[in-house]
Amino acid sequence: MAHPTVAVLERHLHLYRRLWRASVFSSFILPVLFLISIGIGVGGYVGQIQGVDYLAWIVPGVMASTAFQMAIGESTYSVLGDFKWVRAYHAMRATPVEIHDMVAGWMLYILLRVEIAAVVFLGVTGLFGALHSPWAAVTPLIAALVAVAAAAPVTAFAASIDNDSYFALLFRFFMIPSTLFAGVFFPVDQLPPVILPLAWLSPLWHGVELSRAATLGVAPPWPAAVHVGCLALFAVAGLAWAMAAFRKRLQD
Amino acid sequence: MIYARGLIKRFGDFTAVDGIDLDVAPGEAFGFLGPNGAGKSSTMRMISCVSMPTAGELRILGMDPVREGPRIRARLGVCPQLDNLDPDLNVRENLTTYARYFGLSKSEARSRAQNLLEFVQLQEKATSTVEPLSGGMKRRLTIARSLINNPDLVLLDEPTTGLDPQARHLLWERLFRLKQQGTTLVLTTHYMDEAEQLCDRLVVMDGGRIAAEGSPRSLIETHSTPEVVELRFTDEVDYTGKLEGIGRVDPLPDRILLYTDDGDAAVNEVHRRGLTPSSVLVRRSSLEDVFLQLTGRTLVD
Repeated sequence: MAHPTVAVLERHLHLYRRLWRASVFSSFILPVLFLISIGIGVGGYVGQIQGVDYLAWIVPGVMASTAFQMAIGESTYSVLGDFKWVRAYHAMRATPVEIHDMVAGWMLYILLRVEIAAVVFLGVTGLFGALHSPWAAVTPLIAALVAVAAAAPVTAFAASIDNDSYFALLFRFFMIPSTLFAGVFFPVDQLPPVILPLAWLSPLWHGVELSRAATLGVAPPWPAAVHVGCLALFAVAGLAWAMAAFRKRLQD
Repeated sequence: MIYARGLIKRFGDFTAVDGIDLDVAPGEAFGFLGPNGAGKSSTMRMISCVSMPTAGELRILGMDPVREGPRIRARLGVCPQLDNLDPDLNVRENLTTYARYFGLSKSEARSRAQNLLEFVQLQEKATSTVEPLSGGMKRRLTIARSLINNPDLVLLDEPTTGLDPQARHLLWERLFRLKQQGTTLVLTTHYMDEAEQLCDRLVVMDGGRIAAEGSPRSLIETHSTPEVVELRFTDEVDYTGKLEGIGRVDPLPDRILLYTDDGDAAVNEVHRRGLTPSSVLVRRSSLEDVFLQLTGRTLVD
């Protein structure tokens, strides 16, 4: 017998089978274009950073930020739409599927999407010779943690609003600043001390530092457990918020 | 199947359902008849275990919806008022993905979907997406979807609202077949003809309360007369007094209703009194008249 969570995941995968073409560019091609243009183009001027080629230095950052942006992008219109236009969650509500199945099924779907992109990206960057440590093999797990830390609160946000124009605020005031000050393209210690705390608050920064430590085989700026803990905090709080938001939206 | 005593649903200060008692037996086709805002849909949502009662006692299939919601929902078929099909999935996938929510195996989901597509006469549309289907086809698909788990109890919230007459008749015919197979049906409607066609027993709801209960026939016998004469006059004169004694007179904004045992005799008496209505219609009493009697208002405003 299929678990209700799996049934929810299957529904999302069924839809993805129809709509996957639209996501190929952002999931697989765009990250590689970033590597070529910034890693090789800008890298030519930068030379080495912290003892490695600039390309190798930004690979883990681009990977984590791809996971971050995919997780956020997927969790906006799709979630709101399944409440507001498709009413797919209302349909599930009339079956044995429970709120936690809806949230878990959705998170598994996001994870699957992010993992496929992360593994493909890891393979491509391996060909570039940009992975300097066997620890690089754990980066897909870090990407998974980043994905849930970002997708859970954004899913909750999308389930709480009634108008898609709020997403513009989310992108402008959360996603873009989180990406700019997360150490993807330059070390955050270059930042003025007043802005530095922004990086600490960004779940992406923790993911970037962990990934970089893994691909370069160096120690992260904070103890790894603290970075993981920060990401886990985002994930757990986000999941709790998402459950509450789904329950509120479906209850009457 | 359904047992309710003193069931109440409040939304803030607004009381949508104001203390109703219900008993629905297996195999019965039970209806809620009433205008928009009477509390029909709120009652339905409580029965389908997606909305919790504010007060009162409710048992569905002998279980408590607050504690055993998923177990009850596993045995219900719900056809909601607003279609919530997946527009990007095709007709068959809409059934099979829904079947999986009930834990059915993939092969079982496929074979049930096939049978149900035949039952609602959509087998030719199996691989079409939902978007281009007509309103009647979408509704038939939603009904097929609600039957995917072989439910003991099927809940239909305004199943034919917004459909054209042909689509409605096809739907009624399918629902009638279901009823003949012994499925317990509970439906809400604000169409008296739908209630008369499908329901063995119904309650008339108004303002969150049950105004009357019985079979369509017994409700008409109890609350109305066998026949009704509808008179229309072109001038603005008040004819109420001039019609006195012919039957019970009920003046509406656009026409006057005469409740009587013998319509033709009543029409003869109208003419004998020298009155010249612009149109005269003699018809049998309907649930619409029952509703008018009970609440003083028409069903569809």
